[in-house]
Amino acid sequence: MTGPAAPWALLAELTHACPLHCPYCSNPLELVRKSTELAADDWARVFAEAADLGVVQAHVSGGEPLLRPDLEEIVASAHRAGVYTQLVTSGLGLTAARLDALAAAGLNSVQLSVQDADRANSDLIAGRPSYAAKEQAAEVIRAAGLPFGLNVVLHRRNLDRLPEIIELGERWGADRVELANTQFYGWALRNREALLPTREQLDRAKQVVADHRARSRRPELVWVLPDYYEGVPKPCMGGWGARSITVAPDGTALPCPAAYAMTDLNPPNVRDHSLAWIWERSGAFNAYRGTGWMSGPCGDCALRETDFGGCRCQAFALTGDASRTDPACALSPDHHLIRDRTAHAEHETGAAPELVYRRLGGARPAPANQET
Amino acid sequence: MPVERAPSTAAARETRPALAPSVILRYDRIRRAELLLMPERAVLLSPEGGRILRLCDGRRTVADIIAALAADFPDAPLERDVPEFIARVRTEGWLT
Repeated sequence: MTGPAAPWALLAELTHACPLHCPYCSNPLELVRKSTELAADDWARVFAEAADLGVVQAHVSGGEPLLRPDLEEIVASAHRAGVYTQLVTSGLGLTAARLDALAAAGLNSVQLSVQDADRANSDLIAGRPSYAAKEQAAEVIRAAGLPFGLNVVLHRRNLDRLPEIIELGERWGADRVELANTQFYGWALRNREALLPTREQLDRAKQVVADHRARSRRPELVWVLPDYYEGVPKPCMGGWGARSITVAPDGTALPCPAAYAMTDLNPPNVRDHSLAWIWERSGAFNAYRGTGWMSGPCGDCALRETDFGGCRCQAFALTGDASRTDPACALSPDHHLIRDRTAHAEHETGAAPELVYRRLGGARPAPANQET
Repeated sequence: MPVERAPSTAAARETRPALAPSVILRYDRIRRAELLLMPERAVLLSPEGGRILRLCDGRRTVADIIAALAADFPDAPLERDVPEFIARVRTEGWLT
């Protein structure tokens, strides 16, 4: 039997510590504590093993990776392994000296997040004043001359400012702006009612993107599909265990950063196994590989090798069974779970629900004074 | 007999293509192919494409690149294929 095709990318979550509290954070609801984080030596082994497997790109992320005092050492080890390395950062703590040191260690590019083009709303969504620091970080990245991507998670509370967000990307000197429509897992699922946009908001946003693309190639816009409204599921991760490996701060290895939430997955850990064993042999990475696991409408669907049945994490989160068709698919028997929510979003007229901010120690409602 | 070229093509032959600053050309020993690496993207190159891009060093002109390849590929339509390939990669923004 031949093994699975080689992976391309590694998402290295160095820490779950973060100065921000975004209510759609992709980290799990149960955040990993600092005391259990992998050391720089462990990461050096992970990058070397990843490169031997075929990984050519690493996203050095978190939480906030700049909170690791040994980040330079970790980036250097990724660079030594021959991996193209991108820093994924909130920008808080990104001084010129720090970025110079990272670039000297071999860092190839930077992705900076911003929560909105409106300063007050950006700070509100981040759960703390942070816009000004991000503005400075953008200046530092531009001055360093590194490829610069700006990431903005889009949702009900900032979609209407998309023209200003694109304009901000231009003004800050970003090469590309990733317009990441909220994917509803973990924290975002917890905040779905507050974050789910209306179809009208999305239609306007799509027009804004099309107009920009017709006018200009800079910055390049990347539009992450809002699967709740498309009726077709996203080909998540390019297929389970097909392209990418996520390694969590404590060494847990996952086929997808949202797979933390799958309580029956039993994911392996890089402390116990080589990355090659994890990729090729582990139960977790093989669980939904290929098409053999498919049931329901996926099994004989012409698109099963195109969208891979959609997102396993979303199927699990909404139905409790990761092997069901992604409810985002209009052919799914569970599609009403999506439709009910979008219908609700259309008709909602009352006060917006409070945001539950991402914090260590579990989800709890924000203090009233942080709400508008 | 030499084919007469349009002036724009002749000018293109004198350019000195180089990889864009955000792009790295790397041999992938696992996939046994040349790759272009850039933020959020990896492009697997054909053997021919890899050979051409290895020569795009900012010093050689397109004409130099064609000449360098001619020894190894005497029968290939390099005069047509190389400028076409370089123009296509430029359109993607991966070559300056």
